[in-house]
Amino acid sequence: MHQVIELEGVAKRYDSAGAPALGPLTLSVAKGEALAVTGPSGSGKSTLLNLVAGLDKPTDGAVIVAGRRIDQLSEHALAKFRREHIGMAFQFFNLLDDLTVTDNIQLPAQLTGTSRRKAAARAGDLMEMLSIQKHARAYPGRLSGGERQRVAVARALVNRPALLLADEPTGALDTASGHDVRNLLMDLHRAGQTIVLVTHDLTLAEACASRTLHLVDGHVALDSYAQAVR
Amino acid sequence: MSLFGTGAMGRVVRSGVDRRRVQTVVIAVATMMAVASAVVAGSLMVAAAAPFDNAFTKQRGSHITAQFDPAKASAAELAKTGKLPGVAASAGPYPSTSVRPVDRAGFQLPTLTLVGRSGPDGAVDRVDLKSGRWAQKPGEIVLDASLEGPALGIGTPMKTSDAKDAPPLLIVGFAVSASKTADAWAAPAQVDALASKGNPVASQMLYRFDSASTKWQIIADRKKLAASVVPGALLGTQSWLDTKRAADQGAAATVPFVMAFGALGIVMSVITVSSVISGAVGTSLRRIGILKAIGFTPSEVVRAYMAQALIPAVVGIVLGVVLGNLLAVPLLSDTESVYGGVSLSVAWWVDVAVPAAALVVVGLAALIPALRAGRLRTVEAIAVGRTPRTGRGQCAHRAMGLLPLPRPVTYGLATPFTHPVRTLAMLLAVAFGTVAATFAVGLTSSLNAIGTSQDPENRAAVTVTTTKPIEVAPPPPPLVGGDAGDPPPSGGSDAGPPPVENSAASTSKKPKVADPAKVRSAVTSQPGTESYYGKARTEVAVAGISGSIRASLYEGDSRSGSYEMISGHWITGKGQVVVPSRFLERTSTKIGDTVRVTYEKDTATLRIVGESFDTSGSQLEIHADMADFTSAEPSTFLVETKPGVSADDYAQKVAAVVQPLGGDATTGSESGQDGVILIMAAMAVLLTLMLITVAGLGVLNSVVLDTRERIHDLGVCKAIGMSPRQTLSLVLASVAVIGVTGGLLGVPAGYALHHVVMPVMGRAVGTSLPSPVLEVYEPVQLLLLGLGGVVIAMLGALIPAGWAARARTDTALRTE
Repeated sequence: MHQVIELEGVAKRYDSAGAPALGPLTLSVAKGEALAVTGPSGSGKSTLLNLVAGLDKPTDGAVIVAGRRIDQLSEHALAKFRREHIGMAFQFFNLLDDLTVTDNIQLPAQLTGTSRRKAAARAGDLMEMLSIQKHARAYPGRLSGGERQRVAVARALVNRPALLLADEPTGALDTASGHDVRNLLMDLHRAGQTIVLVTHDLTLAEACASRTLHLVDGHVALDSYAQAVR
Repeated sequence: MSLFGTGAMGRVVRSGVDRRRVQTVVIAVATMMAVASAVVAGSLMVAAAAPFDNAFTKQRGSHITAQFDPAKASAAELAKTGKLPGVAASAGPYPSTSVRPVDRAGFQLPTLTLVGRSGPDGAVDRVDLKSGRWAQKPGEIVLDASLEGPALGIGTPMKTSDAKDAPPLLIVGFAVSASKTADAWAAPAQVDALASKGNPVASQMLYRFDSASTKWQIIADRKKLAASVVPGALLGTQSWLDTKRAADQGAAATVPFVMAFGALGIVMSVITVSSVISGAVGTSLRRIGILKAIGFTPSEVVRAYMAQALIPAVVGIVLGVVLGNLLAVPLLSDTESVYGGVSLSVAWWVDVAVPAAALVVVGLAALIPALRAGRLRTVEAIAVGRTPRTGRGQCAHRAMGLLPLPRPVTYGLATPFTHPVRTLAMLLAVAFGTVAATFAVGLTSSLNAIGTSQDPENRAAVTVTTTKPIEVAPPPPPLVGGDAGDPPPSGGSDAGPPPVENSAASTSKKPKVADPAKVRSAVTSQPGTESYYGKARTEVAVAGISGSIRASLYEGDSRSGSYEMISGHWITGKGQVVVPSRFLERTSTKIGDTVRVTYEKDTATLRIVGESFDTSGSQLEIHADMADFTSAEPSTFLVETKPGVSADDYAQKVAAVVQPLGGDATTGSESGQDGVILIMAAMAVLLTLMLITVAGLGVLNSVVLDTRERIHDLGVCKAIGMSPRQTLSLVLASVAVIGVTGGLLGVPAGYALHHVVMPVMGRAVGTSLPSPVLEVYEPVQLLLLGLGGVVIAMLGALIPAGWAARARTDTALRTE
């Protein structure tokens, strides 16, 4: 099976004298897999996500995403890699308030040099798919939390990334909106999208993920895939 | 103990200052540069506004300088005049006489008023000794500083006259009297010894009066003096008002220029400081909310944020005053020479008023947003950064997004609309910086054009003279725009005063003067001669003008040596005269009128055919054809050589012929720019650099604030794939529009300022300006100056843009 993520002995230390915040960790995520990373605060979930997204670099080990070792890339190359291969959805949406919904969704496509017309067409498809087309010209400040997260997911998918990273996507939502986003992620997984989901919400993890990784103090306490293999 | 105590308030202030180091440094540096600019500008404005008054007050200048006949008024009687009602102070009597010294080369200086004083100090007219020391014994002389030059320096020997037995004098110092009570000073005994039948000794008294600010008060004061001595004892008086008028005319040319730069500097300082401080407080709203949530009262919040802005600002103000003084002192010392050699220093009240005003501006700029912060509801303040921003800039983003440009660029272009006030401050800073640069470029170009136009003789490849220039003592340097003292006697060479006339009494060496005809022949017989014209600078009498005026008489086609023309044309033959603007004013004539001009025994009626551009002060110089005056002969021949002929070789060949005759030939060298022009150009460059720096800092601060505020958004952009280069282009694009707009506003404003200030400067020295002096901007130059606005904006934004591009994405995403 084609591996989208391969971590080889990856460790991350923020304090050279202290214990690593993560790892050493060796992990593979296959194409089409939906991995939920759970664990208490400080367990290393966000660190793992940042390393996979290329937002941070490991102290030791290699991070390979979509077949490319990204921990040795320059900032410029990382940015290019990210916009072509990774989509990200955040707990607090991180939409740009002064851009319309359409402009927010189009932005990553435009950064790759895609023409405005093509980017608009792709954004339109995604808005329709995620049922937010009626908000196309609205600004994020006018949308509900669930709608904003849908916009964020649409933005994450605009470049058809190999990997979707979702950091506590329901963490800032009410129950109904959270349910909405959960269904969305399940649909995406069913459609074959590789997903890494960081969450405290075990219900969300169970519903959306084909595999769960439970971290404690930077180490894997439970890997449902490994357990299944055993 | 810390200024803000060791309690919670002190901790908040200290941590606020410490945490935002970049902003703290920017506040300190921007305030420092703004205050330094204001100190320099203010000092120059004060110096330019009243240079004579400053010097006069400092020296306790003489309101009335009176000459008494010592035979009719004894020293005791004169001393009593110092106690007359209304007399505030007096000094004297000092022996005074007139001398016309001869320098070591045998050339006579203009007639000097020599006063015997045992020292420079006194109750009135505390003479400023510029260099050397005071004359202590007979044989020593101190000259007015305006006479100092290559031929007259400390240690230079002179003779008191051209008489065979004239006593020697040694120059021991140079000094300045703001009241112009003398041209030279010596020990009293020396003055008595120099008196002769033609130049008797008079007793000079110097008075300060309680009331002497108007002409009528001076007349009344003079009457009192005259009445206090026997009739005929008061030989004459000199009013300080006349001296002031002449001195002010000298400084007048620089006043509009300094005022323009001063106003620019002060306005820019206020704008920059205001925007820096208000921006610093305005971007701390979330922290303010947290402080209020944990129990700070609104007034404590206001005080804390005022303090955070004021601490670096006060440091900047103190450093700015020091820097401003350091920069102003050399400029003022240059200005001294412009204003007649009187010492100038930074006015004490400028050093007090500028920091005080800066504190007020800083205080107000901090108070307004701090009050807003204090009034802000806690929940709203905490929500800053968490809740979506609404409103401003969204339409701009939508509109810019339609432009056919890369998305990061269009995103950056819309950014200025998010903070209209901050953008306006940045725009004003860039626009004023561009105004300063445009004005400075125009000013220096105009000054260069003036410098070039004032020395038309220098255009000649070779100058052949009937005397050897090395033997010629340079004339005393003229006061700027004012009287240059007595003009040199007629018949002299162009390079300086004429040789001493041969007289029975004179046995001093008479410089050899070559026969002009032989010199002309030497020029015409040279195969390398392309063209030439002869010239004599002399004195003529003009009907309707009392006394003599300077005239340049030309032989041959003198168009290559013509002055810039304000109107009309250069002389093309006999019967024509070109005159300066002041001549037309003084004689109430216009081009086409005729004037009667007398040179020695020749009188000619000449038609005014042109108005020359001449900034040589109040002295009039007319230009006419030598053929109108049969007795006139050229003293200089200005030669153009044929193409391919070396001017040096040509000059050597001609010199070999004319030197044995008493003449000489030299190649035309680039004349050094006039001192005043160089000083004004240097001032313009320094002030412009300061203003551009202030503008750049204004932009830097605004972009730092903007980048800090947007760092989370930038983090989002980077997280979704914006590369560092795209981030850089986003931030730079956000100031590009401001730079372009600032340039579009600043260039026409600077152009207009130049076209207002230059004619005012010209009028101050009594002339209109010809087109080559006024129309100095090339279209390409204006375009480049317009781009200068973009450069200022880009330079100011480069550091924060680089910082934004390098910022770690995960850190930026975590930033609230």
